[in-house]
Amino acid sequence: MGQSLDLFASVSPDGAWTVSQVAHRVRAVVEAGLEPLWVRGEVSGFKAWQSGHWYFALRDRSAQLRCVMFQKDNRRLPMEPQDGMQVFIFARPTVWETKGELRLTVVDLLSTEAGGLWQQAFEKAKAALAKDGLLDPARKRRLPPYPRRIAVVTSPDGAALRDIIAVTRRRWPIAELLVIPTRVQGEGAEAEICRALALLCRLEQLDVAIIGRGGGSREDLWTFNHERVARAVAALPVPVISAVGHETDVTLCDLVADMRAPTPSAAAEAATPDRADVLADLGHLGVRLARALSARTGRAAERLDRVRDRLTATVERRLERHRHELAALAGRLDALSPLRILERGYALARDGDGRVLKRVAQFPPGLRFRLRVTDGDVAARAGES
Amino acid sequence: MARARGGEGEGGEVLTFTQQLDRLEEIVRRLEAQELDLDEALKLFEEGIERLREARDRLTAAEAQVKQVLADRAGNLKVEDFDG
Repeated sequence: MGQSLDLFASVSPDGAWTVSQVAHRVRAVVEAGLEPLWVRGEVSGFKAWQSGHWYFALRDRSAQLRCVMFQKDNRRLPMEPQDGMQVFIFARPTVWETKGELRLTVVDLLSTEAGGLWQQAFEKAKAALAKDGLLDPARKRRLPPYPRRIAVVTSPDGAALRDIIAVTRRRWPIAELLVIPTRVQGEGAEAEICRALALLCRLEQLDVAIIGRGGGSREDLWTFNHERVARAVAALPVPVISAVGHETDVTLCDLVADMRAPTPSAAAEAATPDRADVLADLGHLGVRLARALSARTGRAAERLDRVRDRLTATVERRLERHRHELAALAGRLDALSPLRILERGYALARDGDGRVLKRVAQFPPGLRFRLRVTDGDVAARAGES
Repeated sequence: MARARGGEGEGGEVLTFTQQLDRLEEIVRRLEAQELDLDEALKLFEEGIERLREARDRLTAAEAQVKQVLADRAGNLKVEDFDG
């Protein structure tokens, strides 16, 4: 309202103010006179409206103040405060003109209960998961030793993904990495992660999944503490490695996963064998293969050797016997040789064609013939008889 | 029956690295068990050497592929190359 009203100006009924004018003026005074401030007290009559705004009263023993926390401010908190909870609020005092009420517009709220609102929200969701058996160690599946397809649910432009790709390329290049991009922090991130996980469930021949992100503030990592995200992770059809933030940050996502890795790089290392190790294993198998075969052929060769020795021995014995028989025969042949007879002084007469001349009639006078004696041939001629 | 070759099983389907390694280990175990006749041992050895070679080739030749999975409006899966 444009007109400037002096709160103490109207002293007679003639100059009476309207209700709105007063309410508006009071609001202006309150807002001008009180800076935003921290207030401590107990939550009472808490109500979250459909619009997402929260309404409650903050009270102590003797007073209470109406409070509102709008959705744009309360969405950063992990859970609603409960009645009776001791809290600190950071708020701007104002006046709710419609109801003529003093009101605190809350922009931040901290619980003073053990661990604060965050820890309480965490414990509450954790208890719900535990109740359904999702934290049971017996649920944890073993990771496949030689994965072929690895799904990665993370931000497409984060360091986490770059690390996972680099480690996988170095260690296990056989693998195919299927990146399912999603936002990992901010308004609506948990719904997006759940959609990404649902997509993952539809991939075929998947061996293992990695879900995670690099380090960040507690609020940044909170997406992975949503019960809904944790349940979606627990429901994945393949073993899943969770790597959210740094070593010290444990999220619900980590707790329901089959394995928790301290960093995204460590997750990629857990998911893959080292190629060098596997090559060494292959080398070892090769050695065993060669040894087994040489043992097997060694036995065959020994057997062959034994057979050959027996064969050789048999053949040699037979040869030896034949050699004796041969010598005996040679002796007998020698005795029968005509040359032996010539040695004793006999001679053999043969004509020019080599025919043996045995009878007188074969020697016409003047016949030239050859006479074989023990050491050679002699030319001879038949005389007149 | 054709002998399994080129990383393929007897039905022709491509063996995974795990299956290949399992087969290789089975071959070595059987060969070490010493109750095979020589013919069979030699055949197994040949297969073992072949599988070793394939497994090594796979490990040394491959370059990890990176793809991204998206869903289109109709909810169909799309797998495309990822360049990050």
